[in-house]
Amino acid sequence: MLVADRKEIDVQDPHCVAPNLKQEGEHGVQLIKYLILGILFGIVFVKAEIISWFRIQEMFRLQSFHMYGVIGSAIITGIISIQLIKRLNIKSIHGEKIKVPKKEFRKGQVIGGFIFGLGWAMTGACPGPLFAQIGSGFTVILVTLLSAVAGTWVYGKFARKLPN
Amino acid sequence: MDWITQPWPWYVAGPLIGLTVPALLILGNKTFGISSSLRHVCAACMPADIPFFKYNWKKEIWNLLFVLGVLIGGFIATNFLANPETIVISEATQNDLKALGVTDFTSLLPADIFSWENLFTAKGLLFFVIGGFMVGFGTRYAGGCTSGHAIMGISSLQWPSLLATTFFMIGGFLMTHVFLEPLMKLVGF
Repeated sequence: MLVADRKEIDVQDPHCVAPNLKQEGEHGVQLIKYLILGILFGIVFVKAEIISWFRIQEMFRLQSFHMYGVIGSAIITGIISIQLIKRLNIKSIHGEKIKVPKKEFRKGQVIGGFIFGLGWAMTGACPGPLFAQIGSGFTVILVTLLSAVAGTWVYGKFARKLPN
Repeated sequence: MDWITQPWPWYVAGPLIGLTVPALLILGNKTFGISSSLRHVCAACMPADIPFFKYNWKKEIWNLLFVLGVLIGGFIATNFLANPETIVISEATQNDLKALGVTDFTSLLPADIFSWENLFTAKGLLFFVIGGFMVGFGTRYAGGCTSGHAIMGISSLQWPSLLATTFFMIGGFLMTHVFLEPLMKLVGF
């Protein structure tokens, strides 16, 4: 049951990098496009072997260009896309103005970023690849995913006590 | 149709991943970020009256569907579009990892580490439980992961995201070059 006092994620909330800026809610069939986009994304993850623990090891050992090429060209594509959206004033398919929320500096980007980096080299996965690894048949990664959910929960529990 | 079963090069995969940014913006004014899904799972399943998890997660179901899609995509790619050859791993990396006790180089993840038999051992505790916890805790504390900060954040030219990404890399380099060897010895490799 939806509790009445539950708020929407605050766009200014520094803890949230993926706020939903669409004004109206989407239901049922409208949501299927995100599932399809996720499927395409997951296929790319596996086909480019980004979900491989070995590719992450190669990256941190500077023994292959592959991951640098993937992340670098993804960023360049993203930069060009966002500039085009801004300059050509492209609207969303629902006619809304497209908004990209500003990120503010917080200490967590340093401390949390560092902790994630340690875990990334250990598990060989960021959150996205965890899902693709499970789908690929590495079912034991379900345990890693559950631990990641637990880590998120513990952060939420102590969020106000941590330096930020 | 050979290209579909062969591993895709970075210059194909990278731009396709980058296109997720405008796709989400144009389809529904959504910002790309995957680690948020873990927060929504907490908010949906065990909010425990914690302010951080008290929000209308139902509006974020799109994000959960997206990661469900990633899981299904992983299944499709592995079962229907799989590369018949074994993965090609750099010689140098193989040698470094052999020195650490890794012996299996035939699939995307080494079976020496990522198997159910390791679950209730020190290996499982380190790689699944502690590693996973650090990924979940660290990404939320940082406010995002590789998708939210490195790709979405830097794409929109935000310096806090560049800073976060720099620290992802520093953590990764330190783990790989300093901590991994003693930790692997400790858990019995």
